[in-house]
Amino acid sequence: MNGSPILTLDNVSKAFGPVTVIDGVSVNVLPGKVQVLLGENGAGKSTLIKMMAGVHQPDGGRILIDGEEVQLPDTKASEKHGIATIHQELNLVGTMSIAENISLGRLPRRFGLVDKARMKEDARAALALIGLDLDVDRMVGELGIAHQQLVEIAKALSLNARMLILDEPTAALTKREIASLFKVVEDLRSRGVGMVFISHHLDEIAAIGDSVSVLRDGRFIAEVPATTHEDELVRLMVGRDIDQQFPRRREYAGPAETLLEVSGLSTKGMVNNVSFSVQAGEVVALAGLVGAGRTEVIRAIAGIDPYTSGRISVRGKALPPLNVGAAIRAGIGHVPEDRKVQGLVLGADVNENIGYATLAATARAGIVDFAGQRKRAQEVADKLRIRMSSLDQTVGSLSGGNQQKTVFARWIVAGATVLLLDEPTRGVDVGAKVEIYELINAITAAGGAVVMVSSELPEVLGMADRIVVMSGGHVSGQLPAESATQDSVMSLAVRDVQREIEDKQMKDES
Amino acid sequence: MNKVAEAVAVPKGRGRGSFMTFLSGNGALVGLVVLGLALFIATPDFLTGRNLLNVGIQASVIAVLAFGLTFVIVAAGIDLSVGSVAALSAMGSAWIFSQADLPGWIALIGGLLIGTLSGAVSGLAVSYGRLPSFIATLAMLSVARGLTLVLSGGRPIPTAPEVSFLGSMLGPVPMPIVVLIIAGTVAALILNFTVMGRYMYAVGGNTEAARLSGIPVRRVLITVFALSGFFAALAGLLLSGRLDSAQPQAAVGYELDAIAAVVIGGASLAGGVGRISGTLIGALVLVVIRNGLNLLNVSSFWQQVVIGLVIALAVGVDSLRRKTAQH
Repeated sequence: MNGSPILTLDNVSKAFGPVTVIDGVSVNVLPGKVQVLLGENGAGKSTLIKMMAGVHQPDGGRILIDGEEVQLPDTKASEKHGIATIHQELNLVGTMSIAENISLGRLPRRFGLVDKARMKEDARAALALIGLDLDVDRMVGELGIAHQQLVEIAKALSLNARMLILDEPTAALTKREIASLFKVVEDLRSRGVGMVFISHHLDEIAAIGDSVSVLRDGRFIAEVPATTHEDELVRLMVGRDIDQQFPRRREYAGPAETLLEVSGLSTKGMVNNVSFSVQAGEVVALAGLVGAGRTEVIRAIAGIDPYTSGRISVRGKALPPLNVGAAIRAGIGHVPEDRKVQGLVLGADVNENIGYATLAATARAGIVDFAGQRKRAQEVADKLRIRMSSLDQTVGSLSGGNQQKTVFARWIVAGATVLLLDEPTRGVDVGAKVEIYELINAITAAGGAVVMVSSELPEVLGMADRIVVMSGGHVSGQLPAESATQDSVMSLAVRDVQREIEDKQMKDES
Repeated sequence: MNKVAEAVAVPKGRGRGSFMTFLSGNGALVGLVVLGLALFIATPDFLTGRNLLNVGIQASVIAVLAFGLTFVIVAAGIDLSVGSVAALSAMGSAWIFSQADLPGWIALIGGLLIGTLSGAVSGLAVSYGRLPSFIATLAMLSVARGLTLVLSGGRPIPTAPEVSFLGSMLGPVPMPIVVLIIAGTVAALILNFTVMGRYMYAVGGNTEAARLSGIPVRRVLITVFALSGFFAALAGLLLSGRLDSAQPQAAVGYELDAIAAVVIGGASLAGGVGRISGTLIGALVLVVIRNGLNLLNVSSFWQQVVIGLVIALAVGVDSLRRKTAQH
């Protein structure tokens, strides 16, 4: 192959208390290769990369670097060997400049003061390594996620990293941004940097990976080439066939009734004259690029953000703007984009989190109906199969999929009939994804209506009945799901003239 | 560190295990008991009926202030104005009785209203004015103290007999202790059993998630500050009742004791965590330390040093415990 491994995890194991999370797993990271770690949440991927980064130490097995056994007692030790991790939550200080961030912790000094000229020079050199052309004086907080990520990669390379661990780097990126990230990865590959790559997006594996290590329940299952078919990867990952990744069923037999009607909706600067409607039993997807205004539409409907003009009605009754309570009473439930920041009180237990929207409505004389709230929460939690030790478990300690189900449960308890789902399966593993899709089926079968914002085109095509494509704040087209293809959605999503130019550039490059 | 998380995730055992869990969750209570035992051994004067009633009376003002503050801190705010609002409410009440010649019961209710309104104003500044609560209540601290001085002309004013009653004895039991118990019970009921109380935890835990769940965040914020003002007024009336006069410089710096009591009691200044029972224990810890050091003839200068160290120790131990419980 291409030289000997930079790093080898040789038959490593790790237990936390009585629970074995890694059981005899071996992984090789070769120079100039992208090693993909694949597995459901909880399969042990993050524990493995934390071993590589020196955060966790294996209980059994060896870590080899350049063929020699080493100990990595902390992250400093791993950095010294040229291993850098790009975490999902970036380690950047938003209020400091790019240059300062790149030299953070090792600011060049002159006469005891920071040598700003050299700091900027270093930063420019670091950015040049990955072909990133940004003003190094800009605040990192002003950059988009994609650029922040690249800054972090540049920082790692400036520390002479020869092995990068990329922990779900594409989770928050648009297609276009992913493409430019992958170009950087290609470039690093050709320069002999070894990479470990984690992603829940199977299509990215073939696009960027060389070899895939599949993990399940902390055990090594197989190492397969990245060109392996997606269905096979899913089978290896979950240990059973998922006959359908998107099990959309249309079981609603009731009368056709328009539940949600949005007409002429405009918000300040983000949404422009958007109109669409959703019927009982129907799933309408809002597709488009990040920044197309989809989340803004959802938030305006939910009463969270103001709008300048337009009308929103549920079952023919107009909703007052900027009134979350009224929207909830009308039957709207909103599963926000970022469940940790917007959806859940992480420090509170499952019971409380499920009950927030119904506390007031079920109370008597201002006193909480504890018994009733708990009973309803338990029923729905069982129905949604939220995996928890009990309703008293802290939500923050649940897995992503179960956290998301907790947000869903809140609205099911509240009897919501119009669900607004903003990226409902983001950061959720394959098994839990299917459960969420089944939940959407159940909601529509019961006569509910679903509006789903999703950046995952296969999900949009697989689950929606109708696709409303947005671009630059406008509705650029509507497609019935049967005839829609990834290409037809994408071409509407980039219909904007300016986007068309960028799109063309992308095509030229690839 | 993950080791602990897994260990914690194992279902809680009964008997000894759950007793240990109880202890680790009630560090302040353990501290209070240990403190009491140590003082019992160190001096025969500590565990006497008279001294304990004395501790209760001394704790009443701080504890009642701290009860109100607990609402604010649970909702992730801070109220620096409670000492000043206590003084203003007491002075206002005394003024209504002595200067405006209105009946004593009006003076009593008037005092409570003044406190509640002052708190509500801070709440409006925080919710609608979008001021950080630190700033809004820092302003209120100054305004309320200034109004107290204006109202009094810098001199003490005699209180109404209804207010003085709050500082007297009810049979063998001092009224401040009765008020303390009632106020604590009411506060605990509000925080634990009412919708508004649960909303406070949600807003303090994650304001954005609370808003998106349809919780009226602004109303919650106004309510917590109004409650804080109400309890501050009650504390102010207790204080002036004991002296039979409202003092212009009453309760200066008490906000710091109250904050200390709340955080020793296990509340987090980051919001979402805190209990009235904890706050009561926190207030008792502060007062017992002062009382004990007095009995042991330690100078009041050194007492301040000890109190400071106790605050750092209590909160340090607590955050360490939480950290190990999380990872």
